[in-house]
Amino acid sequence: MLQQNRKLKVAIIGSGNIGTDLLIKVLRSSKLECGALIGRSLSSAGMVKATSLGVTVSAEGIDYIIKNPECCDLVFDATSAKSHFDHAPILKKLNKRVIDLTPAKVGLMSIPSVNLADSLAESNVNMVTCGGQASIPVAYAIGQTHDYVDYIEVVSSIASRSAGPATRQNLDEYIKTTEAGLKQFSGAVRTKAILNLNPVEPCVDMQATIFAMVKTPDIPKLSEVLWPLVHKVCEYVPGYEIILGPIMDNGRIVVMVRVRGLGDYLPAYAGNLDIINCAAIAMAENYAQVFAAGIVNE
Amino acid sequence: MNDRHIIISDPTLRDGNHAVQHALNTDQIAVYCRAADAAGVSIVEVGHGNGLGASSLQLGEARTPDPLALSIARSNLVRSKLGIHVIPGFATIERDLKPALDLGVDVVRVASHCTEADICERHIGFARSMGAEVWGCLMMSHMITPELLLEQARRMESYGAEGIVFMDSAGHFLPDDVSRRVTLLVAELSVAVGFHAHNNLGLAIANSIAAADAGASLLDGCARGFGAGAGNAPLEVLVAVLERWGYSTGIDLYKILDAADLAEERLMKEIPAIRSANVVSGMAGVFSGFMKPVTRIAKEFDIDPRDILFELGRRKIVAGQEDIILEVAKTLAQRATKGNQ
Repeated sequence: MLQQNRKLKVAIIGSGNIGTDLLIKVLRSSKLECGALIGRSLSSAGMVKATSLGVTVSAEGIDYIIKNPECCDLVFDATSAKSHFDHAPILKKLNKRVIDLTPAKVGLMSIPSVNLADSLAESNVNMVTCGGQASIPVAYAIGQTHDYVDYIEVVSSIASRSAGPATRQNLDEYIKTTEAGLKQFSGAVRTKAILNLNPVEPCVDMQATIFAMVKTPDIPKLSEVLWPLVHKVCEYVPGYEIILGPIMDNGRIVVMVRVRGLGDYLPAYAGNLDIINCAAIAMAENYAQVFAAGIVNE
Repeated sequence: MNDRHIIISDPTLRDGNHAVQHALNTDQIAVYCRAADAAGVSIVEVGHGNGLGASSLQLGEARTPDPLALSIARSNLVRSKLGIHVIPGFATIERDLKPALDLGVDVVRVASHCTEADICERHIGFARSMGAEVWGCLMMSHMITPELLLEQARRMESYGAEGIVFMDSAGHFLPDDVSRRVTLLVAELSVAVGFHAHNNLGLAIANSIAAADAGASLLDGCARGFGAGAGNAPLEVLVAVLERWGYSTGIDLYKILDAADLAEERLMKEIPAIRSANVVSGMAGVFSGFMKPVTRIAKEFDIDPRDILFELGRRKIVAGQEDIILEVAKTLAQRATKGNQ
């Protein structure tokens, strides 16, 4: 039992909103400890925050991990898809577990409530997208309970303020990765992802609506699978909530989810950013348990 | 009198799709393209009501897929340019925009909600790099001040937009609102300015003329106003009024009147009218494209569509958020049930 108290050492690359929010979550975790927050500028808001919390920071990028491989066993990559393509082979060589929060999709797409066991066997997992983390559990439940899923469509609305410059530049990548995730986890023949930005103040919470066209809709059977799954998501994303459905409207299955964030580094309305971080932390904590168990075995 | 030229862009086959739940077919596209082309319309815009790649359960599925609609239009336009409306978040470059340009689209109007111009940067840049004529469109522009509109328009200009169209998507503006915005944009931008009207408050023509008088060089008009909600500025009326006002459009009056007659006969289930709910939609500042789903969902939940519209307006829901109608209807229905208990 003693081993279970041993914390898994992690490093975070990327000191933007996502990276800094991850840091706060790591510091709160009983299973993780932060070896370093790595960015490009010591004067960025995230780095200043990390320094104030007594966390080791570096502006050297991936080189820091190459020079100090003992700083971590697991790396969160919160940079960009482009950077992750460079980071992935280096981290593999260094034998680090990787949780990729960019849309690079180098590793297995991972939704903790759905494919945790498979993900734990991988050395690099991809956290899909915020819209994917919010909608795929529902899409998966639809796929599990219907023989033929013709089409799944997900419309996400997020507060303008929660969409930083990278998100705005990468809407096409967001759409492509979300659609791929929906397809893989639901088995749908066709998928579509749509993203709306709403500038209203006070900021809107993240919402996602899942529409599905299936051969023989079975709402009671879907509910049986969906509700326990939602419960599982809530274990790592407390602000995850079904606000409508599952219902039939106009011949389609409709489910609407709302995600309120924990309000750690980012405001609570930014549930879109919170959910992908919560999912990443859930993955890391499960790795931590595997590591602890591995040490027992040795 | 003035003799300035006004470019007429005609989204009958795009905005009009809102009025028929995106069901325009290839015959309708072909026949109207020929009529508009013969009349000398500068730009004919074709596609799903919400533009390229927008066919969806959220907004309605298009009967005619984008590539088919565009190739039919292309083969029936000789003089007129073929235009598309493109909203990032719906249309992607790889899946939608590139194939459209390969089919011979001339004019790309990249659109976003009026505060979100920066999601358009890559789409504008790509369309320019492919040699298209590119305009930036700011939708639901009544929701921000002229100064903020200018700031967003400047961003689009910096990404490479060769003109800026601001859209009164809810039919909310008064003529003076339009004049102030056009005057500021024309003074501060180095690219052309255009205006797209909706007729919820009966002001589509008056607002379009106000735009022209303030210096706009492009106006949108649809045959008989065929468009979302109460419809757009009726094209044949717009051309006639511009002629009386002394502007030139290059459009043959008889032939555009013929095109409008043909559109009425071949494209429409009903001629757009300002119904009571459209007035509420204009007052509340709700996107005109919401009218059809609001009507349907209000019936389903047995509530007053006007209540849904005012609530959507209060929550400042933007174009593309059609799914929220269902949530608002459910909330209002629950409130009504509680009230009765």
